[in-house]
Amino acid sequence: MTKFVDSRRQAMQHWLGPLCLALLMLAGVRADARNPILVPDVSSRTIDIKYSFTGETLLLFGAIIYPDGRLADDRADIIVVIQGPTEPIILREKSRIGGIWVNADNIRFASAPGYYAVASSRPVADMLNERTAAVYEIGLDNLSLSPAGFTSDDQLGRFERGLVDLKRRLGLYVADANAVEITQGSLYRARLNIPARVPVGRYTAETFLVRNGEVIAVASRQIDIRKTGTDRFIANAAQNHGLLYGLFAVLLSVGMGWTAATLFARR
Amino acid sequence: MELYLPVANMSVHILWILALGTMVGLLSGMFGVGGGFLTTPLLIFSGIPPTVAAASAATQVTGASVSGMMAYLRRGGVDLHMGAVLVAGGLIGSILGAFAFRWLESIGQIDTVIALLYLLLLGSIGGLMFKESLTTLNILRSGAQPATRKRRHHPLVTMLPLRWRFYRSGLYISPIAPLILGAVSGMMTMLLGVGGGFIMVPAMLYILGMGAEVVVGTSLFQIFLTTIATTLIHSVTTHAVDIVLALLLLIGGVIGAQIGARLAMRANPAGLRLILAIIVLLVALRMGAGLTWQPDEIFTVQAL
Repeated sequence: MTKFVDSRRQAMQHWLGPLCLALLMLAGVRADARNPILVPDVSSRTIDIKYSFTGETLLLFGAIIYPDGRLADDRADIIVVIQGPTEPIILREKSRIGGIWVNADNIRFASAPGYYAVASSRPVADMLNERTAAVYEIGLDNLSLSPAGFTSDDQLGRFERGLVDLKRRLGLYVADANAVEITQGSLYRARLNIPARVPVGRYTAETFLVRNGEVIAVASRQIDIRKTGTDRFIANAAQNHGLLYGLFAVLLSVGMGWTAATLFARR
Repeated sequence: MELYLPVANMSVHILWILALGTMVGLLSGMFGVGGGFLTTPLLIFSGIPPTVAAASAATQVTGASVSGMMAYLRRGGVDLHMGAVLVAGGLIGSILGAFAFRWLESIGQIDTVIALLYLLLLGSIGGLMFKESLTTLNILRSGAQPATRKRRHHPLVTMLPLRWRFYRSGLYISPIAPLILGAVSGMMTMLLGVGGGFIMVPAMLYILGMGAEVVVGTSLFQIFLTTIATTLIHSVTTHAVDIVLALLLLIGGVIGAQIGARLAMRANPAGLRLILAIIVLLVALRMGAGLTWQPDEIFTVQAL
């Protein structure tokens, strides 16, 4: 029963975040006729993971179209955020107890993104104030991780920094303030690296146009990262047909050992 | 050349995994051990998640033990009766191990327990083997005959109720003793990805008092069937067997095992045991260092 209530609460929290965000965006980004429009695109809508996959470079590009054909008169900035599917995790912290390092403390995060990259034409802190950045969830300090089970803000801060630091070094969380290039105020492009260990699923690439500390246009595109071919087949079999998969692994193992033994025995 | 592992969700260098498999195969051929005790830690050191490493290593050990077991079966070096009792224990142990694995994972101590078990097992076995091989080498040099030890099982074994006759092993003991022994090794296979030969062989010799001519064959028989069971249990519960990783390890492993077996025929057995003891102690030291040095990562992520 408790579990059921918990999962419902979690589901509500899960929906509440994006809903609030969407409302805020509607309020913030008014359909102002004088505001420019973003036309974004990505180099690949789907990324296929197959046996030779070692990661991919994703190119996000697009145009900033100003109404009545006028050219950009002042400097606008672009921020691109790519976010992967979120998953519930437990983050554990090791401490030295009795001479050995063991996991001593933990916090649950109900919605840690499996991948998060923010690319911009200037450091985000120079374009947006903290509140605005937090509202749009821009930047590695503004991830909505939905933490639970922490005892103090101090502890939470330490764990959040720990998570971001860990994922950054794995290339799964990225913040690059020089990755967006804007040409003549109207064309932009950003290059981001997707490492081999990314989780599969649906990714969203959001582009924000920022001027004078305000977000004046938002556009998003979806990218699907999925396993294909044999890798998809194997991962699916391992997850959904465990017994058959295990029997096949055993057969393969026995078969190879037996073949090698008979081959070498003949020589 | 990089290859993507579909279950581990990462790409690895093919040549590194092949080399690792060959090296372990070489050792298993030379020393008659499965080599899982080296595969699992080396895979973990190369960044593969511990669960995937242990599960896939168990699959590889099956393949590595096939040829040895077949050879012993042909020349009657397997006590099938004793083997069956050990395997039954192994099955119980694997299932208990699966529960232990899940419980330890949920409280976040699986990595520490794996490292501690490795340190304890490898440290003690490696130390004993090191001492024993040095003594043997000294005795050989001085030309004296090694004292023949009178075979006798451990007094605790005689206290157990219900006695069975195991003709090939030359024993009349309670089946509970090998059942417990099998269960311990089954648990280790589940938790550590090791076949357990390096524990079973001395235990069968010195605790059960089995005849030396059937010890290695019976141990291989038990490893073969227990690792099969472990692969199946991992496939159903943790879903962590990466067949591509296991295949790469097997390719290197089966070839290495055959070469190792040929090399072993020309070497001095005590010298071989000394080398194995040193390798085992080094792995134990590395595991111990990993526990006491400040780890590279203070934080670890566990998916729910």
